[in-house]
Amino acid sequence: MTDEQKKEERKADQPAAAPPGEGKPPAAVPAKPAAPRPPARPQPPQPEPLDNELVRRLRTRFGEAIGEATSDRAQAIVEVAAERLLEVCGYLKQEEKFDFLTDLTAVDWYERDKRFDVILNLYSFPHNQRLRLKVPVNETCPSVTAVWATANWLERECFDMFGIVFEGHPDLKRILMPDEWKGYPLRKDYDILRQDEEWVRENLGIKSGQ
Amino acid sequence: MMENPRGVSTTVLGADEIILNMGPQHPSTHGVLRIKLKLDGERVISSECTIGYLHRGVEKIGENRTYPQFAPYVDRTDYVAAVSNGLGYCQAVEMLLGAEAPPRARWVRTILTELQRLASHLLWLGTHALDIGAMTPLFYTFREREEILKIFEKYCGARLTTHAFRIGGLQYETYDGFEEDVKAFTRDFDKRIDEYEELLTENRIWLERTRDVGVLTAEDAIAMGATGPVLRGSGVRWDIRKAMPYAAYDQFEFTIPVGERGDVYDRYLVRLEEMRQSRRIVLQAVDSIPEGPVLARVGKVIKPPPGEVYHSIEAPKGELGYYIVSDGTTQPYRLRIRPPSFVNLQALDRMVRGALIADVVAVIGTLDIVLGEVDR
Repeated sequence: MTDEQKKEERKADQPAAAPPGEGKPPAAVPAKPAAPRPPARPQPPQPEPLDNELVRRLRTRFGEAIGEATSDRAQAIVEVAAERLLEVCGYLKQEEKFDFLTDLTAVDWYERDKRFDVILNLYSFPHNQRLRLKVPVNETCPSVTAVWATANWLERECFDMFGIVFEGHPDLKRILMPDEWKGYPLRKDYDILRQDEEWVRENLGIKSGQ
Repeated sequence: MMENPRGVSTTVLGADEIILNMGPQHPSTHGVLRIKLKLDGERVISSECTIGYLHRGVEKIGENRTYPQFAPYVDRTDYVAAVSNGLGYCQAVEMLLGAEAPPRARWVRTILTELQRLASHLLWLGTHALDIGAMTPLFYTFREREEILKIFEKYCGARLTTHAFRIGGLQYETYDGFEEDVKAFTRDFDKRIDEYEELLTENRIWLERTRDVGVLTAEDAIAMGATGPVLRGSGVRWDIRKAMPYAAYDQFEFTIPVGERGDVYDRYLVRLEEMRQSRRIVLQAVDSIPEGPVLARVGKVIKPPPGEVYHSIEAPKGELGYYIVSDGTTQPYRLRIRPPSFVNLQALDRMVRGALIADVVAVIGTLDIVLGEVDR
């Protein structure tokens, strides 16, 4: 590609920008020669329903407990009801060989009936495959520490940041924030400038940490 | 366990037991890590980590910044491997957008990330040896690390918090003489590794301090979610660069070293071999950098369509993952960083039970944690 062409392309990339009339006389906008449009950007894959062998096996075994299954950016996501999460996880680990819990976290959908999605990112060493479980919950969720030991700290962090109580966790307490801190920082109704004023005053001896 | 009047649980100790507080300002805890050790004489019965002293709420900040604005923040999580953090983040956002960096950018990314792995491992080797009592390697490793940081500085102006990559590729073309600098450094680097090995590998004190110390079996490593050299030291041959290749790693030949016993010494050998392999990758990559643009067409405003993505890379410390949920605006709805140090640190308790206090120092060193990443 010559430099000339590159320049053309870059120009075309600018949105038909600078709406005329912002203090500038319309005449100041030069008439652009009709540059050939560059190829459109590839469209990102949209989330689409997923129906593979694994999902079918899960559905036959657990029926109603398996919710929507989607594929987003070619990554498999399966919704699981909290009531049967432990069974599903045990099955996934033993039978489907998802032996590795990569990550456990949550997303706050504060306007929804079930406010949080607990997210489990699983990985299978034998199949070199990832699977994401989504568990819609309302502040309580069964703990999966009995299935994957690594969930211990990850669930503590999730409790610390979102206030989701993991039932059956051996030692559920805050991990990053101070033990006596009030409030859960990663909730959407917790403003980024907010803090536990009382704790800051008592423990740091200052009026505000800001 | 008993409840005292303030509602705080206290531990009842046996007659021979004591609690020893280690950190948070202890030099060998590599930052602000506090460990409560329950001891019987000099033997560790159990341990409990207290972390969070460096918690800055990086994930919360991420939800309140636009996608490009947040990129410099990831440099400050694992601040000794900023280039790797940036690579993971930029690739995750690119996946959300459905964009891909041009080949030239992927090659340069691979070279810089591997140099960063070398820099991170060199820092680890120097400080780990220093913790155990060998002072000399520190001067050797920092000599080489300096050369890498000089290349970073020439490339993007910064040595530590580099912000080297942009969403869609690179912001800067490589400078004149980049290839020569990289080659000049890597050409003789294996001789430098030989020098470190001469100092340590067969050193009797080093062997006594690291052999059969902090053993983690393969089953335990998987159960505890350990990744990176900690997992490979236990004999699991797994590396994301091979399992799910990204950037340009599928183009180069390299092997994944593994240990046998899963002790501190094996992890030391694994990391040294990883440095040799990184050198191999850099040498292959620098000779084949393709021509072309360095930035994909991602637009001026980064606005990924609604959806979510989890993307992880093999950072020097292990699996570094980014889970990003987009609601179609210019800011992430949720941004989660899966930190390798945080998860690896969880295995500390299993590794120090029954060991001596001095071994705890060796185990902290072998885990190669960075508290900026543990606490985020």
